[in-house]
Amino acid sequence: MTAPTIQSPASPKAAGDAPKRAVKAKAHWRTRLRRDWPLLLMAAPMMLLVWGFWWIPVLGNVVAFQDYKPYTGGIFGSRLVGFTHFQMLFSDPEFMRALVNTLAITAFQLVFYFPVPIMLALLMHSLASARLRSMLQSVVYLPYFFSWVLVIAIFQQMLGGAGLLSQVLRANGFEGVDWMTDPDTFILLVTSQAIWKEAGFGAIIFLAALAAIDPNQYEAAAVDGAGRWRRLWHITLPGIRPVIVLLLILRLGDALNVGFEQFFLQRSAVGSQASEVFDTFVYYSGIRTGDFDYGAAAGLFKGVVGLVLILAANKAAHMLGERGVYSKS
Amino acid sequence: MRAEAKRAAWEEKPTVLGQASKGASIVVIALLILFPLYAIALTSLSSAETVNRVGGLVVWPGDGITFEAYEQMFRNPVVLRALLVSLGITAVGTVLSVVVSILGAYSLSRPGSFGHKTVLFSVLLMFVIFPGLIPVYLWVSAIGLRDNYLAIILPMAVSAFNVVVLRAFFMSIPQELFDSARIDGAGEFRVLWQIVAPLSKAVIAVVTLFYAVAYWNNWFNAFLYLDDTSKWPLALVLRTYVVESAPLPQASGLSNAPPTLAVKMAIVMIAIIPALIIYPFVQKHFKKGVIIGAVKG
Repeated sequence: MTAPTIQSPASPKAAGDAPKRAVKAKAHWRTRLRRDWPLLLMAAPMMLLVWGFWWIPVLGNVVAFQDYKPYTGGIFGSRLVGFTHFQMLFSDPEFMRALVNTLAITAFQLVFYFPVPIMLALLMHSLASARLRSMLQSVVYLPYFFSWVLVIAIFQQMLGGAGLLSQVLRANGFEGVDWMTDPDTFILLVTSQAIWKEAGFGAIIFLAALAAIDPNQYEAAAVDGAGRWRRLWHITLPGIRPVIVLLLILRLGDALNVGFEQFFLQRSAVGSQASEVFDTFVYYSGIRTGDFDYGAAAGLFKGVVGLVLILAANKAAHMLGERGVYSKS
Repeated sequence: MRAEAKRAAWEEKPTVLGQASKGASIVVIALLILFPLYAIALTSLSSAETVNRVGGLVVWPGDGITFEAYEQMFRNPVVLRALLVSLGITAVGTVLSVVVSILGAYSLSRPGSFGHKTVLFSVLLMFVIFPGLIPVYLWVSAIGLRDNYLAIILPMAVSAFNVVVLRAFFMSIPQELFDSARIDGAGEFRVLWQIVAPLSKAVIAVVTLFYAVAYWNNWFNAFLYLDDTSKWPLALVLRTYVVESAPLPQASGLSNAPPTLAVKMAIVMIAIIPALIIYPFVQKHFKKGVIIGAVKG
């Protein structure tokens, strides 16, 4: 997850600054244009790339509603077929399997992955020695900067059929194991890979939240006789609750997104039965077999559901009295 | 111990059991991450005979260290070229991304300017609306970027996250600095270059690292758009050669046998090393909370 959090312009600081800065904005647009053209010039390369490689393709999702003919029709010459592809999706067993696998993996990781960065952060925060803490941080952040290809290569060398674990087991007279190709344990494998690669970096945000808790609270509680566990329960955890809720919302909004490369790279080894997820389905049905319109429909379905989920999760957080990801101002 | 000095007066003395379990957790966590890297590094530095005798990864040092595998790897023109391709893509892409993002973020840090909302929403909505794989693929192919390195760079050149991080930091710089510079007659470019950029070194370093890592690690764009195997970057070589153990394409002039384990591990090391080199320079900024501070802002 490269985007752990984002605050909308409605965040407190921006809102606080806005009135002061907005005074200038009242000028006539021509005056503003004359004044601000250097800013527009600065934004131009970014806008060119963002529109050229993000928003134009977003509009290209129209192929999901077409009988798309790549060579004879193209996007402007292909016939519209409405929601045909979407209806086909729901009677496609492969699609349903991808959907079920994706949701199963999301649910599994919510239970077994999500708490790990929190526990790591609590562990690091509890270390009194600053040097030990910073050494541990250096180590646990590191794998975040490795690619999935690399992580899978490393896991293969450790847990694969010819890997170190099998090597040691065989040398001691046991059977070797090959977890890299076993569909039954695949969900455990991908979760451990995700933890190995990303849990450490995921702890950063909780560490920041922990550091922001006022130490006087701990002192006051200790003076009143609260032991370390009570302080953890009544001060520490409530202190980081907004961040936990925020990340939970983002994860729920991202429920259909379990990552692509990790699954794609291991699909041939484990078989599609266990490893087909939403994104690999889009690739195989769309690009590999050339049914671009059908693949695009699957992708668009995922995008729309994701958008609805994140809006709903945010709404739910507001109703529970949390700040959520963004708010209307 | 210095640790004792840091403990507040009201805190209980740590229990022996607590200290022991904490220590054990730290050791286990560090080992889980570092041990595989150690075994891979040692194997890449072992001779073919040692690897054969052990029958897998070399864990015990003592059989001596040799750069045999690295020599062998670099004799293979495919690996060497892939390394250069990856370095080139990373260098060009990172410079482009960082420059474009700084300019864009600076422009976005001035609410109320002409067209501000349009630019802002073009970037912010990237967090919730995604184009999807197929439309991007069709579009990149349609504009003739297949087999072109630009197909790897341009679609990932702007990360909305990095732009927002930069923007939030720029907005936290006291407004008075800008005002006084403008009164002195400095234009926007000059303000950015002489005032904002020097104050933002840490956040720019972090964003540069994020972009560089993304380009260095990118595998999928290359896989999708580069049909010509001679243009492959290191990530594709890593997958073919190491994960799938296939003989390398276009290596037919040389021996076409699958690579030995030591050579495979040498390729893994080459993929890891750049991250290991840059990481220490940038990671101190994580601790300063650059990202968190910026994002929360």
